[in-house]
Amino acid sequence: MSSAIDIAASVQSGERSAIEVLEEHLGAIAERESEVHAFNLVTTDQAIAAATAVDELVAKGGPLGPLAGVPVAIKDNLCTRGVATTCSSKILEGWVPPYDATVVTRLAAAGAIMVGKTNMDEFAMGSSTENSAFGPTRNPHDLSRVPGGSSGGSAAAVAAGFAPISLGSDTGGSIRQPAALCGVVGVKPTYGTVSRLGLVAFGSSLDQVGPFANTVAEAALVCEVIGGHDPGDSTSLPQAFPAVSEHLSDGVQGMRIGLITEMMGEGIAPDVAKRIRAAAEWLAAAGAEVEEVSVPAVTYGLSAYYLVAPAEASSNLSRYDGVRYGLRVDAPTTGEMMELTRTAGFGDEVKRRIMLGTYALSAGYYDAFYGTALKVRTLIRRDFDAAYERFDALLSPTSPTTAFSFGDKTADPMSMYLNDVCTIATNLAGHPAMSVPYGLGDDGMPVGAQVLAPALGEVAMFRVAAALEGSLV
Amino acid sequence: MSIDLSVWEIVIGLEVHTELATRTKLFCSAPNEFGGEPNTNIDPLTLGLPGSLPVLNEQAVELAIRVGLALNCTIDRSVFSRKNYFYPDQPTNYQISQFDLPINGEGWLELPSGKVIGVERAHLEEDTGKSTHVGGGGRIHDATYSLVDYNRAGVPLLEIVGRPDLRSGDEARAYVSELRAILVAVGASDGKMEEGSLRVDCNVSVRKHGDAELGTRCEIKNINSLRSLGRAVDYEAERQIDMILAGERIEQQTRHWNEDEGRTLKLRSKEQADDYRYFPEPDLVDLAPSQEWIDRVRAALPILPAARRHRLCERSGADTAQAALIVERGLDDLCLAALDFGADPSRTITHAEHNLSDPKALELDPEMFAKLTNMDADGTLSSTQTKTVLAELVQLGGDPGAIADTHGFKAMDSGELDSVVDQLIAENPEQWQRFCEGDPKISGFFVGKVMKATQGQADGKVVAGLLADRVPNAAKE
Repeated sequence: MSSAIDIAASVQSGERSAIEVLEEHLGAIAERESEVHAFNLVTTDQAIAAATAVDELVAKGGPLGPLAGVPVAIKDNLCTRGVATTCSSKILEGWVPPYDATVVTRLAAAGAIMVGKTNMDEFAMGSSTENSAFGPTRNPHDLSRVPGGSSGGSAAAVAAGFAPISLGSDTGGSIRQPAALCGVVGVKPTYGTVSRLGLVAFGSSLDQVGPFANTVAEAALVCEVIGGHDPGDSTSLPQAFPAVSEHLSDGVQGMRIGLITEMMGEGIAPDVAKRIRAAAEWLAAAGAEVEEVSVPAVTYGLSAYYLVAPAEASSNLSRYDGVRYGLRVDAPTTGEMMELTRTAGFGDEVKRRIMLGTYALSAGYYDAFYGTALKVRTLIRRDFDAAYERFDALLSPTSPTTAFSFGDKTADPMSMYLNDVCTIATNLAGHPAMSVPYGLGDDGMPVGAQVLAPALGEVAMFRVAAALEGSLV
Repeated sequence: MSIDLSVWEIVIGLEVHTELATRTKLFCSAPNEFGGEPNTNIDPLTLGLPGSLPVLNEQAVELAIRVGLALNCTIDRSVFSRKNYFYPDQPTNYQISQFDLPINGEGWLELPSGKVIGVERAHLEEDTGKSTHVGGGGRIHDATYSLVDYNRAGVPLLEIVGRPDLRSGDEARAYVSELRAILVAVGASDGKMEEGSLRVDCNVSVRKHGDAELGTRCEIKNINSLRSLGRAVDYEAERQIDMILAGERIEQQTRHWNEDEGRTLKLRSKEQADDYRYFPEPDLVDLAPSQEWIDRVRAALPILPAARRHRLCERSGADTAQAALIVERGLDDLCLAALDFGADPSRTITHAEHNLSDPKALELDPEMFAKLTNMDADGTLSSTQTKTVLAELVQLGGDPGAIADTHGFKAMDSGELDSVVDQLIAENPEQWQRFCEGDPKISGFFVGKVMKATQGQADGKVVAGLLADRVPNAAKE
């Protein structure tokens, strides 16, 4: 399969048609989707119509966007006009959005062809895609293992060659962790650089949309296409997405890169830690100054996250009540109808987090829980700021282990939550971070290296990621 | 029983919700319009569809700042919060409101009486939709089904929280009336209570004069007019006093004003506070209007009702009640313009107070009005004639002198009037005898005869004076 950049170039030059490219990918889907289950819905008809439109544009001589004819898979929590958007939940049964998310509009304007809506943990709550109401997605590298989550379907779609690029959302690691487990590149941009309009909210102050791709360059291009100011999102920053593509070959000569001490010790599998140390050594060899750095407050990240995210989720998910759209379980009174609808429509993990968040916001507990979590958030930002005074970018593992097996962590929610221990602090700080494949673990499964940067530090982050990627060739 | 106000003190604090007169809703571009077919003024955000996001309406913020400045409030950096509760007319099951950090802090309002009432705060929030419960008792819990209209959902509201500084139903009415005048003056609201543009929740408690502590309060909802407000306060105060006199404890409650029965009924107990789980709205950023913006809004504020009253009193000598009425009718500018044209101040105020209730009076030419007040004051026209001319001036315009001419009005020569009076006395000796003996009823007989003889051109007061002058001195003693 060719890269998004090659596809766009060949479609633009007329060497290949968008339909031809699409058929190739639909073929790959037909071949392996039944075992991978990356998609909740494959949008064949819409894709053919969109590819035909691109080809007509080519025939007319343009204008063509930078992703002309490139198939893309979209996480099923991004609204797509006229196409069911489920968040892998029974509660949104039958709901079809009357609008596209801003990122979907921008991809379409760039010529990309949506091939389907990808599976995920219900409402993006989970780290294995096992919390989907429609069954789990399997890791294309080993079908007995999870793809990670919550954007497991989007990561698997790229890893399986169903589409060269896909979109996910990252609230506590939901792009980076599945990217690491599936051996692809995944980016969580700076909070506010990519519009959340049309992204079904989980933790609004943490959610950010970002791409999956096989290469750093493809991910950079997608960020530039979907990023930039959107007046429809009040938390959108006023500027364009940092121009990352033009700096990918700048190298790391003279860059200062810190290896995060707290993410290299206890809880990190030795084979994963070994790969990350190898990455640090390579960066040093390539001319960067690499040192260990302590970011103490990140150790409280998990605790703070599991108050802030569920608190926001408890409120964001209260709208699913059977009154206006989605599932409705009828009952004699409105109150009972709401209760039965929510009981039937939400899965266990979603219910667990709604209860957790409701409790954290309750009178008498707010200060101790939500209030304290906000203070920890400030501390984390402060500790990162201190580190970024000395370093241009930071390095860590993306996930403490390689892909685990189905059912390994479902019995104990806490062990599942610990999977996000390296990724969560970034969301609390609002900073960018990305996962780039860096070899294999002892089990032969992919290991991801996480590159972190300060807010709007995407150029430095992509330079380091591109260098790491280059070292493997 | 009625309340013994020498013993009891009624304490009232009002929370007034006003819909802001914006073009679109508080956080989306759906129209802000009253009426319309159900569920037509809606969009994805109004319905709380997944993926929709709020974007703050700048016009709503500007109107809130205008109201804040008009109420002498501080304009502060503010934060939107979510107030979480499940109800079908609340599309997201949370209301975006301002909780601990409202846009307008501490201010005050001056009643026409001169009393100053504190304003604690005024904050922005979104309105809910409207539910209609069909079947059962018309309440949500026993209805067969419920219908929801989301046209009103998301309409901007400003909740103005007054201090408990009001002490009677009349004062409460004066407060709302003054607040409404201010809201209309600054263009924030149309002030229509009957359409729900202005909604009043009324907190009432009672205590004995001299008590330091406030009594337990009850909140009264469903007050739809100024008249209901006065009645509801009086009823509720009496109910509470009766309970205290009977040795009962007042329970903190939300009560419903029933207009037909003229009483308040318990809706729910407020002893246990609802837990709304407020937290900062993560989809919005802090609202921090620049000083430059605030200054610009302040500079553009129109003159407010209290200032209008003060100005009118100063220029015309009107008393506070007259000034309040004239300003409420919007006639103060006309009066001041007429004074600029040399109008007689006292006659100007008298006519504005008594003879200009027709809305067309607002279009009266001040120069012509001034001319008329002087014709009235210098006796060129009698008061009856002045009223006739004024009424025509209001309806058709023109020059008061010309109007008087078309009616044949002219000032009577005093000698001419003397002879008419003398002739009538001579023709009606019996009646004159009774007049001299002090029969009060007979005065009208003579004034009427004079009016008839002069075709209404005589001034009634002048005629009465002429008659009194002719009573022999002996009869007066």
